[in-house]
Amino acid sequence: MSSPASLLQRESDTSPDLQSSPKKRARARRFEVGLLIATIVSVIVLAWLLIDIVSDGAGRVNATLFTEYTSRFAEETGVRAGITGTLSLMVLVALMAFPIGVAAALYLEEFAEQNRWTRAAEANINNLAGVPSVVYGLLGFGIFVGILGFDRSLIVGAITLSLLILPVIIVAARESLRAVPQEMRNGGLALGATPIQVAFTITLPAAISGVFTGTILALSRAIGETAPILVAGAVFSRRADNVPWGVTDRYTALPIQVFDFVKRPQPEFQIEVSAAGIIVLMVLLLSMNSIAIYLRNRYTKEY
Amino acid sequence: MSSVTKSNPLTQQSPRVGETIIFWLLRAAGYLSILTTVGIVFILFEEAFFFFTEVSFVSFLTDTAWRPFSSPESDAFQIGIFPLIHGTLIVTLVAMVVAIPLGLASAVYLADYAAPRVRKILKPTLEVLAGVPTVVLGYFALTAMTPLLRSILGEGTVDFFNPMSAGIVMGIMIVPTIASLSEDAMSAVPDSLRMGAYGLGATKRQVVTQVIFPAALSGIVAAIILAMGRAVGETMIVALAAGNLPRDLSDGALGLLNPFEQVQTMTSYIVQAVQGEAPRGSVTYESIFAVGATLFLMTLGLNIAAQRFVRRFREAY
Repeated sequence: MSSPASLLQRESDTSPDLQSSPKKRARARRFEVGLLIATIVSVIVLAWLLIDIVSDGAGRVNATLFTEYTSRFAEETGVRAGITGTLSLMVLVALMAFPIGVAAALYLEEFAEQNRWTRAAEANINNLAGVPSVVYGLLGFGIFVGILGFDRSLIVGAITLSLLILPVIIVAARESLRAVPQEMRNGGLALGATPIQVAFTITLPAAISGVFTGTILALSRAIGETAPILVAGAVFSRRADNVPWGVTDRYTALPIQVFDFVKRPQPEFQIEVSAAGIIVLMVLLLSMNSIAIYLRNRYTKEY
Repeated sequence: MSSVTKSNPLTQQSPRVGETIIFWLLRAAGYLSILTTVGIVFILFEEAFFFFTEVSFVSFLTDTAWRPFSSPESDAFQIGIFPLIHGTLIVTLVAMVVAIPLGLASAVYLADYAAPRVRKILKPTLEVLAGVPTVVLGYFALTAMTPLLRSILGEGTVDFFNPMSAGIVMGIMIVPTIASLSEDAMSAVPDSLRMGAYGLGATKRQVVTQVIFPAALSGIVAAIILAMGRAVGETMIVALAAGNLPRDLSDGALGLLNPFEQVQTMTSYIVQAVQGEAPRGSVTYESIFAVGATLFLMTLGLNIAAQRFVRRFREAY
């Protein structure tokens, strides 16, 4: 913080004539140390969590884990179906959520008039962020499995996750669209382009790196979500990659498999195999996050 | 349309058919979120409606136990929602007791005390915590936090599944939410207030606790309410670590407050019941949605309350 007030305060730390009594200073010091400790507690728990998982599961990360399907025997089981299921979900969710999210952001940011519908849509996007993810699962389960009679299939899971992350993508995309300077749009309009042409050839390309970053971050959130697809009908041990693009087939995903392993009574499953599955999941998530950070740093433009 | 409104070529609507179609597609995407909400409300309340044609709404509110799996005619059948709400609240309470002090302290420390270099490391580290999948946190609660509690307090006191360890881990998960939202609220307090206090000779601690904190209070309360909404709706941690046995509320009040005995939350009931392949139209199937509707209404209420507080806080300056 570089506010005048805090500068003044920093000054008083060094100039003796503004210093308060030793007793007061000791109390201030205790307060600050207390704050620091409280802040560090969460970081320590995070470190404990990571160390715990790596020490439990690192020994189990071997070839079997990647090549085998779920088995009754802990030493033979693997997360192959989870990996292919998660990757298929990722591609399907990206294919659905990205275009719809960008279109919605373009509409709300570039074209929407300020009327009742627009305000309703905007308020709605904010409210949807507070709906628990398990309720999205009920939406997928109730409408697609219950009413429309789909099987508990890959496509139902993908639609559920897409609806879940759509608000996140819209908010991120709107922010990067807003950062595009008005002069660029005016330049395009002055050259005779129509508003739609300006939006697709000038505004959107200028904002695209931010849009991609937001989408990847939203996707990495979707991949870690367990409750919605568990409720919307993911299953535990189906060999999902017999037909990789069988969108109407039953499917599983990495976090679903982790949940299944933790629920089993044998400690080899509950502790070791689960931790190994978690390591695979976390590596996937962290690499997606790094791609997002790389994109942000590589393509951030200043106007 | 009159020619006057069309005279500005920059805002002129294009006559091209393709562009009109594109415009309407964009507009449809923009309104899709409304459709999502309509879908959620429709499916939850439609199934809940059928549920209440078969079981009485009064027993939903007054039964002291939640035993929905037997047939409604049997004596064991009880359908009180409050045992599930009790489970949800006890986990939420533990989570908030952990998260509020840690989150607020982190916010104050990061906003006003941390050196820029420390802040640059601590803040993203906290954000990593917010990105850990909840199934991983559930694993951690069950396999690390519960054994720790059991070794400290004894296996007799602490159940293998208990709301305490689920709540502690959930509280840690919520710290970043509270910290970042209340930090926003505190840095939105105008500097003139800080300078005024410093001008009167206040110490930094006094400025933080007696000026900034009260001035940002409604923003901070909003952050806490939003975090509560997340705790109420959290699923995987409780499904793994808090248990699957709703308490009978006719037990003594003291026993109900015991956070070491297993409970069932609304969300963990949904997860448990949905795996049972209940056919559409059965009471079990409909009960999933009735519980979902209750959960939805509770989180919606919390969100609306949070927005009220945010609005009040914005108007102050």
